[in-house]
Amino acid sequence: MELITFLVTALIAVASAIGLVVRRNPLHGALFLVVNLFCVAVLYLLLRAEFLAAAQVIIYAGAIMVLFLFAIMILIPGRAETGRDPFRRQRLAALPLGAAFLLLVGVLMWGGPPPGGAPPPPGGAAAVGRLLFTDYLLPFEITAVLLLAALVGALVLARRRA
Amino acid sequence: MVPVGYYTTLSAVLFTIGVVGVLVRRNPLVIFMSIELMLNAANLAFVAFGREAGQLDGQVIVFFVMTVAAAEVAVGLAIIVAIFRARQRINVDDLSLMRW
Repeated sequence: MELITFLVTALIAVASAIGLVVRRNPLHGALFLVVNLFCVAVLYLLLRAEFLAAAQVIIYAGAIMVLFLFAIMILIPGRAETGRDPFRRQRLAALPLGAAFLLLVGVLMWGGPPPGGAPPPPGGAAAVGRLLFTDYLLPFEITAVLLLAALVGALVLARRRA
Repeated sequence: MVPVGYYTTLSAVLFTIGVVGVLVRRNPLVIFMSIELMLNAANLAFVAFGREAGQLDGQVIVFFVMTVAAAEVAVGLAIIVAIFRARQRINVDDLSLMRW
């Protein structure tokens, strides 16, 4: 089961990485990269790195890719969303699919938390956090300075010259 | 449990695709995204090796790589936007001279 999950995820990851390289439109490339990042998050889950999986989705897919999409849209003006909707058929399919998703989530949530779930393995977010604030405290503090420097640098670079 | 070799192989494949992307594309945004792909491949290898060694240090390193990647993207995109403002087009071959 785990192997099947790995193989499917790996296949999607490789396919989306190739998509990033071969597609001409950088917007498509960015979306392929999002797929790839999610696949890597799934692999982190398989490797029992829950904290990293969450950080991957939040930092990479959430923050970094949004920044990329902003930059792409600023630099490469696309066509405005006018005229006939090319996704008319998809829109029809969206409603039943959305209902099915709601049903699925509802069924899952209805049962509440699973009875007596497995105890978290040693190596969850708590252990990583403890390591981060003990052995790796100095690098951790330095990343704070690094992020501040990046923030100031990006502001200075992006400022319009007077 | 999936053997660690599978993960490292996947990591190598993803990294190679990233290298190819950097080499063949001319749009700096796509090159940048390929670099992110390579960072991710390296991260995957870190986590896989960390599990194999039974230690969490690999995960902590990946956390730091993510932080550096975030800082790098912020500054790099700002540079690309600044270059675009100055030249109205972005093509890395135009930028081979390291001057404005």
